[in-house]
Order: sequence, then structure tokens, then C-alpha cells
Amino acid sequence: MLSRTAENLFWLARYIERAEYLARTIEATLRATALPSAYIGTTNEWESALATAGAAQGFHARYETADERSVVEYLSFSPDNPSSIRSCIDSARLNSRSVRTALTGEMWDTINSGWIELQSAWSGRLRTRDQLTAFLRFVQEISLRFDGSAYRTMLRNDAYWFSRLGVHLERADNTARILDVKYHVLLPDKEHVGGPLDYYQWTAILRSVSALTAYRWVYRDTLKPWLIADLLILNDTLPRSLASCYGNLVRNLDRIGVAYGRQGPSQRHARGIRNRFEQSRMDDIFQRGLHEFIQEFLADNARLGDHIVTQYLS
Amino acid sequence: MGIAFDEMKGAGEAIRPAYQELSRWLAELPPDTLEFRRREAELLFRRIGITFAVYGDAEAQERLIPFDVVPRIISANEWRVLERGLRQRVQAINMFLRDIYHGRDILRAGLIPDELIFRNPVFRPEMNGQAVPHDVYVHIAGIDVVRVGPEDFFVLEDNARTPSGVSYMLENREIMMRLFPDLFARHRVAPVERYPEELLATLGSVAPHASSTEPTVALLTPGVYNSAFYEHSFLADKLGIELVEGRDLIVRNGEVLMRTTEGMKRVDVLYRRVDDDFLDPLTFRPDSALGVPGLMSAYAAGNITLANAVGTGIADDKAVYSYMPDIVRFYLGEEPILKNVPTWRCREDDDLAYVLDHLDKLVVKEVHGSGGYGMLIGPAATQAQIDSFRDRLKHDPANFIAQPTLALSTCPTSTAAGLAPRHVDLRPFVLTGRDRITVVPGGLTRVAMQQDSLVVNSSQGGGTKDTWILHEDI
Repeated sequence: MLSRTAENLFWLARYIERAEYLARTIEATLRATALPSAYIGTTNEWESALATAGAAQGFHARYETADERSVVEYLSFSPDNPSSIRSCIDSARLNSRSVRTALTGEMWDTINSGWIELQSAWSGRLRTRDQLTAFLRFVQEISLRFDGSAYRTMLRNDAYWFSRLGVHLERADNTARILDVKYHVLLPDKEHVGGPLDYYQWTAILRSVSALTAYRWVYRDTLKPWLIADLLILNDTLPRSLASCYGNLVRNLDRIGVAYGRQGPSQRHARGIRNRFEQSRMDDIFQRGLHEFIQEFLADNARLGDHIVTQYLS
Repeated sequence: MGIAFDEMKGAGEAIRPAYQELSRWLAELPPDTLEFRRREAELLFRRIGITFAVYGDAEAQERLIPFDVVPRIISANEWRVLERGLRQRVQAINMFLRDIYHGRDILRAGLIPDELIFRNPVFRPEMNGQAVPHDVYVHIAGIDVVRVGPEDFFVLEDNARTPSGVSYMLENREIMMRLFPDLFARHRVAPVERYPEELLATLGSVAPHASSTEPTVALLTPGVYNSAFYEHSFLADKLGIELVEGRDLIVRNGEVLMRTTEGMKRVDVLYRRVDDDFLDPLTFRPDSALGVPGLMSAYAAGNITLANAVGTGIADDKAVYSYMPDIVRFYLGEEPILKNVPTWRCREDDDLAYVLDHLDKLVVKEVHGSGGYGMLIGPAATQAQIDSFRDRLKHDPANFIAQPTLALSTCPTSTAAGLAPRHVDLRPFVLTGRDRITVVPGGLTRVAMQQDSLVVNSSQGGGTKDTWILHEDI
């Protein structure tokens, strides 16, 4: 397939994944900030929402303080923010238009009708909480429909695999960003039982990767920071964990390698990261420093993106 | 301009045979059905993304072409004549192009003035003596035909460069079949759905001689911001070929290669929807970012077929148009089946004098204009418009031709005030491959949505209709 087509599919999937992640981040932040400060603490949750979205710098170039109104506006609709939900959907639609031949009708319809609805129904500012919640659900549904229609309708060939690479690379990046911003509340302190403050911080983290219920099923335990870290990093049954993303990245890169009869730096690099997850235990990671681990991972993940671009997309 | 011929009602009161079933059906239809279906169609178009961009209109970056749900019907008899005429005309056009870029018999015979060719900006000296596979220059032609009476079809324009609109022929039909299955059941309408297959066969048949048995065909688009981009992606999809942009291609060792995820892959036939000027910055406009540097050298080496060939504009130029009847006679020794609209060439003194005296009655067009821009429709123009046009005309007469205002035929069209006659034209598509010419029974009917308007161009608010060619005589 054309390199440009593969590139478009890869980015299309990333934009949609990112839009969903932003929607979930805003949702989780709305929930957290609705609590009395005795429960959630005095940290500015909107500030950390910006940080997990990687949008703090751009935001502060335009706004003074991070509050609900300004952050929601910036993360959802701002055309000045190249990673706002709206910009993501716009870019996804533009990418889809140029690679329509590589998309199934159902996938195109998801993106195009989502984009049309965004233009018409959600064009103005959202005045009420109700409208905002409905909007955030609408964004997550686009992503679900997109993923579902890709899964159900696409041929299992390189077009599908490149689009999966986009999903999992972006997903891993998003999960790692939350960990990067919130790692301090996850540091194990065996003496510390965890007051209400921590509890609501932890649930906010789990919610933003839609893993609160999953936690209970996996560990059948009360919330423990090291288990939360384990779930998000090493547990490959959770679709948004770093380990699961890398399992998928390796699988899809291998399929491409087999189909093209050739392996390259992308395959080797992804396998290296996956192996590290397989051989790591949470204790070791904490020992070596959770924050360092996450930062290293973010850089590694970005490097895989570069390898994919050099090997296939240019 | 007289009263227009109505394709349903004809001259008298009796419904013409081809329209009888439609007319009965329309009469039975509950009120508002057409309006309801029109909205449904619009929604479908919007969702499928059948939109086009209007240049210089930032507000409406993506617009829908208005779609009229009342079909335009052409009888089997009428189509037979049209089809023969189209084949004849396109065959002559291809012979003319071959001659212009080789022996130039027609110039030596004195039928066309030399300077009309050699001073023409769309004449491409690069094509002199250049062989093209099987002598086919125009693989895809869109011939604009208008009707003024029961038997009177005229060719208004030959589009021999990169004619567009065929996606509307196909999509209009799909949508009509979805909206009005019952109406189809009551007619025998010739299908158009084979067009993509015929197009692919046509393109494959003109691959360079040296290419492998399974030639690789790709469609070259200027990109997602081009007004016809939807059509490009639609056709690439239907043909199962890659939709490439200039940046996807490189020329290496005289071959055209496309960048794929598995490395470089050779392209044999390029269905290019990029104008000559932008094809190759080394040969044509150096500022073009849409083209492929070196493409013309690969073309000259015979390693790639461009469809349509470079330099075909000399055949659909509006000044050359006026010579088409002579061109048909010269190459085929036959009388043209399709008539030309009488045309005054303002480059000739007598004609110019006549045109200047009758500006209020004529349509005056720029020789290289298209899309309905830069033209004067005398009867509809104000005195001030006529006066300013007169100055332009006097300043550069060779740049203009003039034609009588034709009373284009009308078809019943759904309007806010109910069914009403609106003027239409027709663009059938003619495919020419190695050993055959194919005309899919159908075409793009464009309709002027405004009452009495004669401008059917989509860039100026014109709409489209599904065009039905009846399969059997009635």
C-alpha cells in the first residue's frame, strides 16, 4: 500500500484514540472536582488534566488560570489547540477523506457523521453540565464505533495493522501520561493506609482509563496504589495497560513483517519493550523509581513511533 | 430565443412516450413526497461525503451539488443516435490529435489556420512526434450535449482533458435506486454500473508495450483540497487502484515509481486528474507542487501511459471547436452525426463585426474559459455588462467566440413551488481503449435550478439529475 495511505491510517487511529482519551480525562476531572475538597485535596485537578493531556504549555500561553470553563473549552473545542477534541476529529476526518479507498464504508460513516454532528449540534459553547456530559459521551461513542467498525469490517491486511499500530501507540502514550502526572499518589507507603484524599485520587486515575471495575475483578481487593500501578503498567489483561498495548504492537508489527517478508527496527524495538514488561515486577519498578520508569517509557514509545515512520511511512 | 422544448411535454399537450410512465407516477404521488425524498437524498449525499469545493468560497468549503430527484429520460432511439454521434466525434478527436502532433495533414490541407494551433497555449510542443500507445490521446471524454428540439442535439463542448462528473452519474443512480425502487420497477432503465469496470479495462489496454502482463494503474489527484477530490477517491475505490498524489511518485531511471510500505513499485498507467500545467515542474510550471519531477521524461521514454495524454486541450479548445464538423469530415469521410452549435470566431473580422452588433442576443465565451466563468449571456445581461464586455472583446478578439443563445430543452424538476420545467444539458462519457470505444448508456444531466437560467455549471448553483436511458423502444 502507499506509504501515505498507511501514514494516514496510522494517524487517523491516533486522533480518534486521543479524542476519546481527552473526553475521559475531562469526565474524570469533572467527577473529581465535584467532590468537597476534603476528599480530593487542594491540588488543581484542571491543571493536572492539562498536564495529562500534554496541553499545559499551549494553554498557559492563552489563559491565566486553569478552571473548568477554560480547560474544558481548550481541551474540547479550541481551534488553537491542535490536540483539542475538535481538532482531533477535524484531522481524523481530513485523513479519512484522503484515504477513503482504504476505509470501509462503515468506518467512513462513523467519522464523517461524527464530524457532521460535531459541526452542527456541538458547534456552540456548552452551557450546562448536562450538555457537556452528553458531548463527552458522544465523543467516546465515535471512538467505540470507529474501533468496532474497524474490527468488524476491515480486511485483515496491512491497512488494518497500521491502523491498529496507531491505536496502541497512542493508547500507551495516554496511559503513560496519566502515570507521569499522578505517579506521586501511587508511590507505595506501607505505613500509610490511604486516607480519603488518596482514595479519590486513585479512583480518578482508574476512571480516566475506564478501569475502576476492572480493578475489582482483577485484584478483588481494596484500592492499593501498587496494585493500581501494576494494573496500568504490567497487567496485560487490561486493554489500556502498557503491557497490553505492547503485546498488540508487537503482534501487529509481526503481521506486517510476515506479510512483507522483512523485519526491521520497529519490530526489534517493540519486542524489546514488550520483553521488559514481561520480565518486570512492580517491586523492581518501584525500587528503580516509578517516575524514571515512566519517563523512560514515554521516550521509548516515541522512539517506536519514529521507527515506524522511517521504516514504513516515508 | 424561442420557447424551450420540454422533454416531457414536447411541443403540444401530449406527454412524450418516454415520459408517460414517469408522468403517471408523478400524478399518483402523495404531495410532499418529492420534497421528502429530496431531503433524504441530501442527507445521503452529505453522509457519503459527495461534496465539492468551491474555489474562493471560504465559507462553504464543502458544498453539495443540488440533486433533483425527478429523473431525466432519454429513449432508446434517441440514445442510439447520440451514441453513434459520440463515437464518431471522439474517434475524430483522437485522429486529429495524432495528426496535430505528427504529420499535420489537416494544416497542410488548409482546413485550420496554423496559428490557431501553434499560438495556442494549450498546444504542447513537447508532444511533437511523441508516440502514445495505440494512438489513443483521449481515453476519457465528456462531451457536453444540449437539446433544442425532438431531433435536435448539439454538441456544446468537447471535454478532452480531465472531464469530471462521472461519479455523479454513478452515485445519482445508486441513490435513486434506493429512494425510488418502485419507479425503477416500472421502467427498463439501462444500467450504468459497469462504468468502473469499463474504465479499468480501457486504462489497462493502453499500458506501455514494455510493461508487465498485469499493468499497475493508479489515479493521480491534486489532493484532498481539489474540487473534484471526492470523484477521484470514489473512482480509485471502484477501480481498486491506488489514489496517488505527486508526492507519492518519483521518477527513477526513466520509470515512474510509487512509494509504498514495501518499497518502490512501478506504475504503468496513470489516470491523471491533474492538468497538463501541473504535471511535471521540470517541463511545465516550475512552481507546481502537485506534479512529479521528471514525469515527462518517463513519458517520452514510453515507460508510462498518461490518460488522457498531454496536449489534448488543443482538441477541446473553444476556437478549434468551431472546426469540429470539418475535422470529422476530414478524418472519417463522414458527415457529423452530432451538430455543432453555430459559432462566430471573433478572431475573424466579419464574425467580430457581427458579434459586436448582436451582443445582446449572443452568448460570448472565452476560448479557454470553463465552468461558466468569464462569459456573457447577452439576453440576460444589463447594458453596463454588455458595454464592459464589448471593451474586453475589442481588446482581444481572438480570445473569444460567440454562439446564439440556445433554448436548451427543459425537464420537469422539483422546485419549491412544485414541479416546473428547468433547462438541462447532458454529459455522456466516452471511453477509448486499444481496440474499442465504449459509451456507457447514461451520463451526467446538469440542470439550472433557477427559473429561466441557462447556466447549469455546478460552480454556479447548477444541480444534477439521474439520467435514464430506456433499454427498449416505446
